[in-house]
Amino acid sequence: MEIPLRKARVSREDEFVVIDAKGVHYRELNELINELVERGERKLRLLNVNGQRYIADGLRCSDCYIEIHGVAGDDLAAFANGPTIVVYGDVQDGAGNTMNAGRIIVHGNGTDIIGHSMRGGEIFVRGHVGYRVGIHMKEYREQVPVLVVGGTAGDFLGEYMAGGRIVILGLERLETYPEIAGEWLATGIHGGAIYLRDEVDEDKLGYGAKTERLSHSDRRFLSEAVGKFCSCFSLNAEEVLNAEFTKVVPKSHRPFAEMYSDSKEG
Amino acid sequence: MLQKLSCTGYVRMCGLGGILNRYGERMPGREIIRMSCMMRDRYDGRGGGFAGYGIYPRYAEYYALHLFFRDEIAKERTEELLKDRVAIIKDEPVPMRRVKEIPQENIVWRYFVEVPHRFRDRREYLEKEEDYITELVFTINDCIDGAFVASSGKNMGVFKATGMPDAVAEMYKVEKYRAYCWITHGRFPTNTPGWWGGAHPFNLLDWSVVHNGEISSYGTNRRYLEAHGYKCRLLTDTEVVAYLFDLLVRRQGLSMRTAAVALTPPFWKQIERMPEPKRSAFTALRMTYSQAMLNGPFAVIITNRDTMVGLNDRIKLRPLIAASSEDCVYLASEEAAIREVENDIEKLWAPRAGNPVIARLNEEVREEVIH
Repeated sequence: MEIPLRKARVSREDEFVVIDAKGVHYRELNELINELVERGERKLRLLNVNGQRYIADGLRCSDCYIEIHGVAGDDLAAFANGPTIVVYGDVQDGAGNTMNAGRIIVHGNGTDIIGHSMRGGEIFVRGHVGYRVGIHMKEYREQVPVLVVGGTAGDFLGEYMAGGRIVILGLERLETYPEIAGEWLATGIHGGAIYLRDEVDEDKLGYGAKTERLSHSDRRFLSEAVGKFCSCFSLNAEEVLNAEFTKVVPKSHRPFAEMYSDSKEG
Repeated sequence: MLQKLSCTGYVRMCGLGGILNRYGERMPGREIIRMSCMMRDRYDGRGGGFAGYGIYPRYAEYYALHLFFRDEIAKERTEELLKDRVAIIKDEPVPMRRVKEIPQENIVWRYFVEVPHRFRDRREYLEKEEDYITELVFTINDCIDGAFVASSGKNMGVFKATGMPDAVAEMYKVEKYRAYCWITHGRFPTNTPGWWGGAHPFNLLDWSVVHNGEISSYGTNRRYLEAHGYKCRLLTDTEVVAYLFDLLVRRQGLSMRTAAVALTPPFWKQIERMPEPKRSAFTALRMTYSQAMLNGPFAVIITNRDTMVGLNDRIKLRPLIAASSEDCVYLASEEAAIREVENDIEKLWAPRAGNPVIARLNEEVREEVIH
């Protein structure tokens, strides 16, 4: 039984091109998005999205604005360079994978490896996120990715993190695991920083991670990042910022140096 | 205009799904097929399947054996064995359509059987009827060339083959069956061959398992199971999960929660932090079942006649989403698969690694906190 797929229905609503994605295969949907952007369209509204993968992947367009209504499938905006994407719903695994620039705003929850290898831009998730979020995030000079989560994060947050900033606010908690972040926090971290709006049990820290007092520049960064986050979701930034934060950083920039060579200087 | 699907995605993985109607009301196969199809880009066509519970109400008291035969000789030899070991109440071909995507490699037959009282004195009978049927299943799989038992539970059946799940469903007419619990799997075989017997679900008695990932502890688990009389003959890692649940829950009487602690226990450093007497209990379980512990990346759905359980490996290396509506509980690799078939979701969440999500008939679904 081959499942019949539908062609995307396209219409216009003010300055938006509206695409009804119900039953549309991801390849057709993404080709359509690329085509519309090439033709100069800058505002897209995707309705009835349900699990289509790779939306806006590799899109180079800093003035594009894409609204997604529904569940965005795996690897949303992977390798994207510039677009603003607002998801009214949840995102599946790998949103923002290796994203270079742009902004993803998620009104629902995210699952695993959100912000995987992210190298620039911003991701704001209002709800909870899953495991290995921010794995291998990195930064280079002025390219510093920022990921802010309103709820909690699962285990291995910021695993092998090489740069960038992660902020977990813990505004809502899970019944099954009320901690702000899971076990093995920042395992293998060797760059960047994680800010958690709560105390963090030392037992939860992964190999190579330590906590550190917040500096003035940390507070400036938090007030800016949390301010932006709160304006996306109509939250009171002052209230959210009025709490103790814990900062997690690497113990050294080469935590595994001795594992692969005898020489300590190498 | 309708466009036909061609499955040529490029990032592949297994996908699994399950629905349990908590009031035991039977649902046609349509929804589980739609769930499976929503995840079509995960599979590569080398294995697809379904298991349904409640599909044979007229023969509910008999073991329903679904069998694959490579040829008539295998069928004849199997039937000789069956006639010697059980009473065949009814047998017939499993109704099938020809589909162009799946070459008809096997004869697929079903037998409704019972174990007559007079057989209970036999040497093979041991203690329980289920053990007698288990022994029969292993004898067929192990000793009869070209014969293979796809499922052996009561009032349930497994429908699987080498193909995409939608083609498998079409071939077996899955949409015509009604079940109160359905599970499905689309396969992307990684380490082991794609063949009809290697497609999921894997089944023994009422236990069925679908699995995404790999069981790295397969060797240890297999030796442990073989010491308890199980024979692993399906050339793939997943079957040990079905047998471990049979051993721990059916034969040894552990609860689903305790079995999950044995199979995906917390790490030692987590156990050390537990208060007594929990610490001693968890230590004892880990020591007792060290060889049953499942390692490697996986998400599995395990079902029996009244329960559906979702379980992840201890560090969550594969996706699994759970959800509930007023009538049903859902498990799937992707949220989109659940939303495709249910508009009124009351709760949808990603369970924590190693915490079993237990859905039972007439009960609220719950995630058991172990980790």
